[in-house]
Amino acid sequence: MGPGDLSVILPELLLAVSAMGFLMIGAFTGEDRQAGNLTFATAGVMAALGLVLILGESGRHVAFNGSFVMDEFARFAKVMILWSSAAMLALSRDYMERRGLLRFEFPVLIALATVGMMIMVSAGDLMALYLGLELQSLALYVIAAFRRDGVKSTEAGLKYFILGALSSGLLLYGASLVYGFSGSVRFDSIAAVVQAEGVSVGLTFGLVFLCAGLAFKISAAPFHMWTPDVYEGSPTAVTGFFATAPKAAAGVLFARVLYEGFGDAVEAWRQIVVFIAILSMFWGSVAAIGQTNLKRLMAYSSIGHMGFALVGLAAGTAAGASGLLIYLAIYAVMNVGVFAFMLSMERDGRPVVEISDLAGLHKTRPGVALALGALMFSLTGIPPLAGFFAKYYVFLAAVEAGLAPLAIAGAVASVIGAFYYLRIVKIMYVDPEGEPLDDRLPGLNSAALAVCALIVGLGWLPIFSGFGVTDVGAAAAQALMAR
Amino acid sequence: MPLISLVLWLPAIGALILIYGVKGDTPQAHENARWAAMWATSATFVISLFLLFGFDARDTGFQFVEEYQWLEGLTYKVGVDGLSLPFVLLTTFIMPLVIYASWGVTTRVQEYMASFLVLETLMIGVFVSLDMILFYLFFEGGLIPMFLIIGVWGGKDRIYAAFKFFLYTLLGSLLMLVAMVAMFAEAGTTDIVQLLRHTFPSETLTVAGFQIAGGMQTLLWLAFFASFAVKMPMWPVHTWLPDAHVQAPTGGSMVLAAILLKMGGYGFLRFSLPMFPVASELLTNFVFVLSCIAIVYGSLVAMMQEDIKKLIAYSSVAHMGFVTLGIFAANRQGVDGAMFQMISHGFISAALFFAVGVVYDRTHTREIRAYGGLVTRMPVYALIFMLFTMGNVGLPGTSGFVGEFLSMMGAFQVNTWAAFFAATGVILSAAYALWLYKRVIFGEIVRVELRDIRDVTPREIAVFAPLIVGTLALGVYPSLATDIFGPSVAALLESVEAQRAAADAATTFAQN
Repeated sequence: MGPGDLSVILPELLLAVSAMGFLMIGAFTGEDRQAGNLTFATAGVMAALGLVLILGESGRHVAFNGSFVMDEFARFAKVMILWSSAAMLALSRDYMERRGLLRFEFPVLIALATVGMMIMVSAGDLMALYLGLELQSLALYVIAAFRRDGVKSTEAGLKYFILGALSSGLLLYGASLVYGFSGSVRFDSIAAVVQAEGVSVGLTFGLVFLCAGLAFKISAAPFHMWTPDVYEGSPTAVTGFFATAPKAAAGVLFARVLYEGFGDAVEAWRQIVVFIAILSMFWGSVAAIGQTNLKRLMAYSSIGHMGFALVGLAAGTAAGASGLLIYLAIYAVMNVGVFAFMLSMERDGRPVVEISDLAGLHKTRPGVALALGALMFSLTGIPPLAGFFAKYYVFLAAVEAGLAPLAIAGAVASVIGAFYYLRIVKIMYVDPEGEPLDDRLPGLNSAALAVCALIVGLGWLPIFSGFGVTDVGAAAAQALMAR
Repeated sequence: MPLISLVLWLPAIGALILIYGVKGDTPQAHENARWAAMWATSATFVISLFLLFGFDARDTGFQFVEEYQWLEGLTYKVGVDGLSLPFVLLTTFIMPLVIYASWGVTTRVQEYMASFLVLETLMIGVFVSLDMILFYLFFEGGLIPMFLIIGVWGGKDRIYAAFKFFLYTLLGSLLMLVAMVAMFAEAGTTDIVQLLRHTFPSETLTVAGFQIAGGMQTLLWLAFFASFAVKMPMWPVHTWLPDAHVQAPTGGSMVLAAILLKMGGYGFLRFSLPMFPVASELLTNFVFVLSCIAIVYGSLVAMMQEDIKKLIAYSSVAHMGFVTLGIFAANRQGVDGAMFQMISHGFISAALFFAVGVVYDRTHTREIRAYGGLVTRMPVYALIFMLFTMGNVGLPGTSGFVGEFLSMMGAFQVNTWAAFFAATGVILSAAYALWLYKRVIFGEIVRVELRDIRDVTPREIAVFAPLIVGTLALGVYPSLATDIFGPSVAALLESVEAQRAAADAATTFAQN
């Protein structure tokens, strides 16, 4: 380890150090007096780090003998993770305060989870992978149960913890098999073994377990069971966080393991990815139809969307990796928008999360209904909204790789999925008003909702052209392929 | 001057201004919203006339082309040729009438008008896009405003109709998207101009044990067919149309019949026929069978309807059968006839749906039984309705005749039986249309409510008048339209013939 190594992990270090600093401040000022400020401070640090990463020098840097890789791919993912974490954290302050949950541990834990995610996406070997994953997961287990005195929240935390531990076990077992049969934990050495000797039975076994563990983390079917319960049970602010950054991080990590470690043996893992992609797309679409709780619905929606993101991964090409990145980025923006609104849903000062609570929203708050409607159509994948372009790029990658049937399956699944998003639009616009929601949308939330709706609604028209995200994504994918 | 972009985006800009500029739920605000929409659509129409004046029909390439970089691999490229210009003009011509026809809407007027303006942009976009994905964007984007128009301002079962409309169309469209992506992968471009020059492979493929003649072309053709056939709509995927029409408000029905249905036919002409000529040839009989069923079955079902709107909706299914028949006959008369039929149907069906709207506004029922004897109280209305009924039947002198005659003539050269069944459709159309006319207009007034029904108002005449002029002018002097699209149709067919000949030669060569 030398100073060069430290300069590569500087963003992670800064975030970790500031998290600990904030922990000290919180602990010594006591009584959560500074919690609100710390939330904003953490969000500010994360947002600033994202900006630094964008402006900083590009290129590939390797640290700690190859276990930590900072390249364009990781840079894209880190910016995505940092900004969505920052957004959800800033948005959650008002919610947490009104629920009496505003404790200084919350921003600290989120910051630590974010550090974990940043390590995940930069992992150059199986050790760094596990290190990042566990740092993230442990922080997430705690914040899932953040409402300590609530039955549902503690249940969510416990469920998440037990199933998460199981999946970590699977993943570790897979990692040990891979290590045993390839003789190295480093992705490039594994790739060299795969290239020289092909994929042995033991390696295949390891690969399957690795995929199972990672599929759990991105909540792809059939490893999705924890998602609806955890989404429903956790405080909404936490759910919003779960739906954005960790999904992006796990998806990117998935790509890194498969592309860097097993890039020469695409056919060895493709059918696994295809299988879980199809299952997730369909299960996410079908199971969401019967939901009445908006948080559960978003859980199934995220299962379905992860399936679509995996369609890009299944291609195993640069276009696939860039499709995956673009999908995750757009998905994060849509989710931040939806949760910005959900965090403010209250009636008589109490939070409500039933879909039927949206009835007549169009009458009481037309602007909000319009923004939310745009987000829903985008989640459906209707052009010219951003969600369409997300689907377009993964379908493109799949067809180019000769996986047209997968793309067709995706098309059918998104028609099924369209039903429940449309139902939300229908409830907002057509259903007779019930008891109206409180007319209360904090400035920050309404700004986030408006910005996300505008990005999603107009950002991809020919004037803005998606702000160049597709070019950056393609460059990032190239960096991953170049190794 | 970016004339096309101006025509394309002006309505959408109008919608933005309307949403942010006109607030409130007062009659004054409603009036302002109506006039804003009227101005936006009228200005669009006037500007689109410059396209017509500047258009050189002898040039069969694309004109007024604008091209800018868009996303990676995609371009914002728009332009018109003889095939698309008539539809652009049809859209800009119909929209002010639709807005004026919707003057009586009193709930959520701003949003209603804004939805129609956004819809206009999306519809024009379909016809002017020269990038495949841009085309898809407009094609599919139109679902959103239409979903809201049916779902929010529609009739009693509007939710069911809106969902059915949306999901049906979405499934077809998404299959087309996959096909487009496959075309991009194959040809390396999404530029329609280049794709038209590209020859897609038509060697026989084996997929999952099935021999597929025409290979990739057939597969792509089927995927596009899934989308356009639903939009058209062809039998057996037409079932969304009657529901959507019955539930949609009058303005929505007018747009749906006059323009949205034409997207399917336009798509066939822009993609299926020129890009997959070999597959089109292989599947000609398949399309002919479906078209004939649509014509005969549509007409028979129309005859038995008790709801006026449903009757006209089924008659649209039948009339669109002539369009598909003509297009896939792939000869000059057939394609000319199909183009003409689409334009003519745009005028006639819009007028018919408005005519239903006129009496519905007065009596709030669409049941045929509830009417009768209108001629005594509404003589002017009876006259107008007669004219468009005749247009619907295809009486010589109205535009309906030219389209049906030409497309049948085209079909006759390819397949006599197809022309035979299509001709029975003409007879049946006379039966249902005249019977409808008799039941609604003639007879004694039996209903008390009809005793003091008012005749058409000046506003309603103002909506009818341009449509009457259009129907008669095109019927008497068809060259008004054929001169515009004729050369482009000829060029299209020439390239289709050349590609088919090349494919035949390749097959023969391979066999020897």
